[in-house]
Amino acid sequence: MKVLVSVKRVVDYNVRIQIKPDGSGVVTDGVKHSMNPFDEIAMEEAVRLKEKGKVTEIIAVTLGGAKGEETLRTALAFGADRAIHVKEEGEIQPLTAARALAAIFKKEGAQILFTGKQAIDDDANQTAQMTAALLDLPQATFASKVELDGTKAQVTREIDAGLETLEVDLPAVISADLRLNEPRYLKLPDIMKAKKKTIEAVSFADLGVEAAASLKTIKTTPPPTRSKGVMVKTVDELVSALKAKGLV
Amino acid sequence: MILTHEHKELYRTVKKFVEDELNPHVAEWEKEGIWPAHEVLKKMGNLGLLGISKPEAYGGMGLDYSYEVVFAQALGNCTCGGIPMGIGVQTDMATPALARFGSDELKKEYLAPAIAGDMVVSIAVSEAGAGSDVASLKTTARKEGGDYVINGSKMWITNGTQSDWACMLVNTSEGKVHANKSLIVVPMDAKGIDRKTKLDKLGMRGSDTAMIFLDEVRVPQRNLIGTEGMGFMYQMMQFQEERLFGAASGIDGLTNLINETIEYTRQRQAFGQSLLDNQYVHFRLAELKTEVEALKALVYQTTEEYVAGRDASMLASMCKLKAGRVGREVTDSLLQFWGGQGYMWDNNISRAYRDTRLISIGGGADEIMLGIISKLMGILPSKRKHEAKKAS
Repeated sequence: MKVLVSVKRVVDYNVRIQIKPDGSGVVTDGVKHSMNPFDEIAMEEAVRLKEKGKVTEIIAVTLGGAKGEETLRTALAFGADRAIHVKEEGEIQPLTAARALAAIFKKEGAQILFTGKQAIDDDANQTAQMTAALLDLPQATFASKVELDGTKAQVTREIDAGLETLEVDLPAVISADLRLNEPRYLKLPDIMKAKKKTIEAVSFADLGVEAAASLKTIKTTPPPTRSKGVMVKTVDELVSALKAKGLV
Repeated sequence: MILTHEHKELYRTVKKFVEDELNPHVAEWEKEGIWPAHEVLKKMGNLGLLGISKPEAYGGMGLDYSYEVVFAQALGNCTCGGIPMGIGVQTDMATPALARFGSDELKKEYLAPAIAGDMVVSIAVSEAGAGSDVASLKTTARKEGGDYVINGSKMWITNGTQSDWACMLVNTSEGKVHANKSLIVVPMDAKGIDRKTKLDKLGMRGSDTAMIFLDEVRVPQRNLIGTEGMGFMYQMMQFQEERLFGAASGIDGLTNLINETIEYTRQRQAFGQSLLDNQYVHFRLAELKTEVEALKALVYQTTEEYVAGRDASMLASMCKLKAGRVGREVTDSLLQFWGGQGYMWDNNISRAYRDTRLISIGGGADEIMLGIISKLMGILPSKRKHEAKKAS
């Protein structure tokens, strides 16, 4: 069974995000980047399934500029067999990403598309769902447990009311939630071996994909800073203060 | 030094390992005065971290020394100095000479398991009467049958209460002190070894340190590393890695402590404002950060020279000297800003203050580094006199 894992290069989760002075976006130049943590979990799941003998080939895919290659090298060190780099500079919207992933999925004849439930940069949480729609395939999002059984996958997902288990026919799209697994430490020998694995570069044109322009970023602003609080001495004072603000 | 994607990935793996597998246990190990070296090193061996620049034939990665420096730097994220030191002894202090000069048989028996993390290793050079003055050590090994018979004692031996073997420097003959020494692999379970005394130290408390007595300890002669009589030279070469590794492992710990102190002084109010808003405090922190960056630049430059195969002995000595000096200056200043909190025993600042003090003492004291640098600058008096005599 061939699986596709899509991985995105994002600003590292440890970085304190700064807004560009003109409000057109966040500062990314000279900022540490790494693989989207949810994609790392998706990658880990694919590798575990391969180790269990359920998956035969893992293909990692990323979309974006030249530096995306680093993210693919990380995926290859995790255990992907080969990688595809959809090399396009500039903004890539979720619909565009979904179109490209759907095209590659079809071309490769993959059985599962694994990806993180969302990327921590713009938190869109759309790509997996849109890809499933474009391919007209079942989707199981926010997976916290995945079991493969021949032509079906059992996926447990965390929902507000508790846990829900879905059974989907393969091929399908599965997106990973935080508690699906804990990604491994990359072994130094694997890091070095990843250097020798193949990365194939393709463009939107090669895939016959048209870039979507359905979203437009108008302005980026930092979250409001918390204003200074007021100390109250008694519960009565608190209640009347809340009433005065119309909060109770 | 150019950091490739692979360097960065190595750093990430090691930092994550330190944060998940070491830091949660530091307080406990510091209290117990020992770390579970076999358990930790086995995990690191499985990740391919214990033989980064060692030959692939013995399980190493065969990479250049820049990867080893990045490894050391990442270990600096540990919230104590003792564990990185114990690990460094295994990878860069006790094993370089064996990897470079040992016989194939000896490397199979002792280097391969050290790289795999199946054996824990010590370096045994210092004695109570011979620390920085290595040449004056008194332990002897005489030949008898096919064996060396070792008598004497060794002091301040890191990992010493739990190691499986030690790379030991001993006198194998009478004669000139620089030409009568040899490095021998000594299995620590050999009959006649007493290593019960765990030393009580000011810092590096999570790392066990032993005093070792050797009474008629028999070791096969094939355990000799390289050529007899070359031990002093081999050890001086091995010290280069030790010094570079020691300096590299200091950098990120100091940076982390500066960051912690920025946060602490930002929160801490005194006389109606945050401590950090005092110019004395933020200027001082800026100064210290500059010192640490300068140390890093020196370590990277030295690594470049070393990797290029040029003689880096002067620069490596400078790294060690500067790491000790900067380490003491930074931790002393930071402790001052932490005030009464900093003076408490169990916190990162006071631990670093105690641990860092060793950098200026172990692996050749600051004064030895100054001596080496002076000698290589050609300004050591005895050498000048000698040259003047030659010229006349």
